[in-house]
Amino acid sequence: MRICCCVKRVPAPGARINVTPDGQEVDTAHLGFTTSPHEECGVEEAVQLTEAHGGEVTVLTLGPPEAAEQLRYAASVGAHHGVLVPTDGSAWDPQRTARALTSAIETLEEAEGPFDLLIFGNESADSGGFQVGVRVAFALGRPIVGGIKGIEIDGTTVRARRQTDSGFEVYEMPIPAAVGVKEGINLPRYPTMRGRLASKRLEVGELAMEAPRGGQSMRRLHRPADVVSETVILGEGPAAASAVVDVLAELGLL
Amino acid sequence: MLLVVLEHDRGTMAEAAREALTFGRALAGRMGVPMHAALIGSEEAALVTEAGAHAAARVHTVVHPVLSDFGPEAWGEVMAAMVPRLAPAAVLAGGSDRGNEVMAQAAARLDAPFVANCLDVDPADWSITRIQWGGSLLEDVTLSADVPLLSCGLHAVAAEAAETPTEPAVEEFEVDLDVALSRTVVRDRVVLSAGVTLSTAPVVVGGGRGVGSAEGFALLEELAELLGGKVGCSRAVTNNGWRPHADQVGQTGTRIAPEIYIASGISGAIQHWVGAMGSKHILAINLDPGANIVQKADWAVIGDLHEVIPAISEEIRSRR
Repeated sequence: MRICCCVKRVPAPGARINVTPDGQEVDTAHLGFTTSPHEECGVEEAVQLTEAHGGEVTVLTLGPPEAAEQLRYAASVGAHHGVLVPTDGSAWDPQRTARALTSAIETLEEAEGPFDLLIFGNESADSGGFQVGVRVAFALGRPIVGGIKGIEIDGTTVRARRQTDSGFEVYEMPIPAAVGVKEGINLPRYPTMRGRLASKRLEVGELAMEAPRGGQSMRRLHRPADVVSETVILGEGPAAASAVVDVLAELGLL
Repeated sequence: MLLVVLEHDRGTMAEAAREALTFGRALAGRMGVPMHAALIGSEEAALVTEAGAHAAARVHTVVHPVLSDFGPEAWGEVMAAMVPRLAPAAVLAGGSDRGNEVMAQAAARLDAPFVANCLDVDPADWSITRIQWGGSLLEDVTLSADVPLLSCGLHAVAAEAAETPTEPAVEEFEVDLDVALSRTVVRDRVVLSAGVTLSTAPVVVGGGRGVGSAEGFALLEELAELLGGKVGCSRAVTNNGWRPHADQVGQTGTRIAPEIYIASGISGAIQHWVGAMGSKHILAINLDPGANIVQKADWAVIGDLHEVIPAISEEIRSRR
């Protein structure tokens, strides 16, 4: 089967995220970059599906030229092709991103045939717009369900599981289809030595796509007010148990 | 009017819908318009009454064979049909998986912008503050749209009924839906745990790397059970395979909102904090008094969770 998995390059934050003085982007001076977590699982899922059913995985990203690193990482864990839709490094709004990705997928499908499955992350770790996958799937006429934590392919049907509070819901979509996956669908593998060689050999394709802006424009980023808590230290070690239970009693939880 | 999507699961209202009604009531007030609600795939009287408890002036119900259960495409199609015909001044959903998904489906169909997870909306010029990074950063955006499509951040407001309830008028909204949309309607459900869930539990006992092993969680399970709560964990724990991902509290896991979150052996990285910050109270148990979670907690015990947690369980038993 032919699978296209869309990924996003995002900063890898630690305990705190800082913003540049002009409020236009995350200050990445001391941060590394990674693949947005849901999408890292998306790549793993795509690779596992092709291992089980045959076929190839194309990983697609829209971002600065450096996002080729995330495509190479995907190749190191088993993706076959990597395609970059380059931006100037500025953050594109969700509609513009979806339009460019739609055009890119159409171009790839014209050249190599249709994809059976499009995999998106449920939402990106940084801007978290919760919509790009849905917009692309709609534009391409594919069914899509988000929040997916389990995929089975059964002939021409995708069975997808979505976690709920009490268990999961099951959806069945005809192929070609699309899914928005969440972390937890699998535990992504680490690159092997052979994978690292494949990643070096990957020829990153490039598709320049113009797309009109959408109606949402970023003005600035800022940090929420720090949570200032006057933490009451109830004690040290097991001797504090009595004070803890006093607190629980006060909250009416006993 | 402001149109609010009433998220429900086969007739039971979602907490995110109550939050949206609470957020929507304030927003409609600022807009100087009434609040209406869209009830898709149900005519359940209890849902109409609850919309009234939140001061919705009117409820638009939609029934159709395709809407026998939740389906993101079908629900999105209904909302997209309501926009031109009911001419709302704006549309709002809760910031849940379903809420955001339905709004994204509607926005795709209308080729209109959708601003997810708003915290503050100024309807005078549609300048909006929304959540990025699960709440670690905020983004100010301006929205240029004929009809603003929005969701409010999950747990951004606590659901609260209106001071003066209404008896909403019920109006049927007729829509012609393509049966093909049933391709994304829920087919089946598997119930793994009935009763209290991580996102609704009054007490969550969380464990992080400091728990040390899968077996170490038995102590947390015991305490959670004594308090009628659930066990949660950090991303490090699920990455180590000690707990299933469904137990993960965090940006890529579950957002919790318990009366108290007992965070043990958890440092409090951003990824975890954004899932836990909806908790009403936090008690940290940690060896390191400088840990992020200790700084942010209401109460803390400095010590080894392997000694402190059994002592707490013992103390609870002795008082009962």
